[in-house]
Amino acid sequence: MPTDAQKDSLEREIQAADHPRELAVDVMAALQDRDGYLSDAAVMETARLLGMDPVEVEELATFYTFIYREPVGRYVIHVCDSVVCWMEGSETIGGHLMGTLGIGMGETTPDGLFTLLPVCCIGYCDRAPAILVNRKAYGPLTIADLDALIDRLRNAADAPGGENPGEEE
Amino acid sequence: MYPQILLRNRKPDRIATLAEYRAGGGYEGLVRVLQQRSPAEVRQVLLDAILLGRGGAAFPAGMKMMTVAEDAPFPRYLVCNADEMEPGTFKDRVLIHADPHQLIEGMILAAYAISAEKGIIFIRPEYESAARILEREIGIAREAGFLGRNILGSGIDVEIVVHRSGGRYICGEVTAQINALEGRRPNPKQPPPYPTEKGLWGKPTVLQNVETLCCIPHILRNGAQWFKDLALTESGAGTKIFGISGKVNRPGCYELPMGVRLSEIIEDYAGGMKNGGEFKACLPGGASTGFLTREHYHIEMDFDALKSVGNRLGTGAVMVFDRDTCLVAATLNLIEFFARESCGWCTPCREGLPYIREILWRIETGKGTAEDIPALKKICKHLWYSYCAFAPGAVSPVEGLLTHFEGEVAAHINQKKCPFRNS
Ligand code: SF4
Ligand code: FES
Repeated sequence: MPTDAQKDSLEREIQAADHPRELAVDVMAALQDRDGYLSDAAVMETARLLGMDPVEVEELATFYTFIYREPVGRYVIHVCDSVVCWMEGSETIGGHLMGTLGIGMGETTPDGLFTLLPVCCIGYCDRAPAILVNRKAYGPLTIADLDALIDRLRNAADAPGGENPGEEE
Repeated sequence: MYPQILLRNRKPDRIATLAEYRAGGGYEGLVRVLQQRSPAEVRQVLLDAILLGRGGAAFPAGMKMMTVAEDAPFPRYLVCNADEMEPGTFKDRVLIHADPHQLIEGMILAAYAISAEKGIIFIRPEYESAARILEREIGIAREAGFLGRNILGSGIDVEIVVHRSGGRYICGEVTAQINALEGRRPNPKQPPPYPTEKGLWGKPTVLQNVETLCCIPHILRNGAQWFKDLALTESGAGTKIFGISGKVNRPGCYELPMGVRLSEIIEDYAGGMKNGGEFKACLPGGASTGFLTREHYHIEMDFDALKSVGNRLGTGAVMVFDRDTCLVAATLNLIEFFARESCGWCTPCREGLPYIREILWRIETGKGTAEDIPALKKICKHLWYSYCAFAPGAVSPVEGLLTHFEGEVAAHINQKKCPFRNS
């Protein structure tokens, strides 16, 4: 749930914008961060905040890769399956993740920790095969790297605060 | 070692600071321009320098700015396209992470050239770290007086904001990007009106790629002739960031003179073929270019040379394939990308790409027939009649495959299996 401060800052931002609807992606992303995904109620809320038609918001929500209309896990793992990663073994990477987590692509583990999604080139082709975890890039990956990463994420999830997605580069 | 211009401040582990950027002459161009040059003069210098758009279309940057009429309405917008999403392309990420002030200065100068007061960086969600870096460094530039109100006491105002995309490839297309910025579904729009006349919010808008904008401070500091002289070929100008990936030993970004030979990029910079493999083909400029073969191994990499062999330099994202990589499977993968990323607006693209994918998949899995090759050729031609340039770009690798590697496609059909798979 958002604190009042978060809500205020969102509303302030919208008020300051020349054209509120230019914040459509930002507002959807903020509500998604709050609820874990963009629920039907959040679609309505976005529309109301920005003075848009709900169907316009829905049009955007279903179009963009990083807006989730269904609940996702705490860690969303995007496996790049574009051509450079494919050449360097993305099928093995994806296969291994499905095996270890016991889910298929597009699914979430029953404990709600991990969601696996295929994704187009993430712009880390020089580090292929590459994946994103909560938008942080990892690569080039071996099976051993993957196992270590999953372990780390599992442990971090138990610790207060969890692992902080960010970028080291 | 060739002169490093855009990547001169690159460090292995961190971004260049404002002080480091300035030590190398950063913001000198801006100071001089604000004191001595009119916006029209800036546009002319960029035109004389033959600065061609580095985002793939290779349109002259100065010319694009000149299409904003002198008496065009205000506000005007400058948009920086940092949405590179084509497989193989990652140079903008490297440029932003290396030296963010170079881009910021380039944007201020470009905004000045068209009298825009607002610059917007449109950036893909996968580059959240780059977005944060830019937001921080924009603040630092503002504090230093290079950005914001009354820049360096010149009376000129320019503000820059970062706009995060929700992530779709079509957002890289100019008119789709403008729709996305307006919070609309990012479908392309066919001109006229051109965005330079009626773009974002109906106002004149110039959109440039990150690399193009990064060139601008250097051109204004050192002159048009200096920029042209950087290239190895007569028709080329400047340096180019080549992003190399695939079957080479050292994938990465290398700044080399426009017109450098492909073989030199692969052997001298990317460390040669991986595992001692043999070069079979490469896509020279991202996923929407055609294959270059061994016959083109020593080609000069510039816009004209690639055009002369029916190909495109695109973004300069070189993806290298070796002898053991199946090009039918690789092309199938590329089409999978395009089919997934089609915006779905027009029928030839929305329906045609999955159809091509289906045929390629049949061929790859040994179920292809002799008729599939002419069928593919025919469908590729139809896709040229799509609404925007996405679909013709998408079929470029397929057309390249059929032109240069028809034998490999036929081998799949004749052997009823992929010759590159053991089973
Ligand atoms: S060609 Fe493809 S991307 Fe372009 S408008 Fe048609 S469907 Fe959309
Ligand atoms: S192909 Fe995977 S990051 Fe580009």
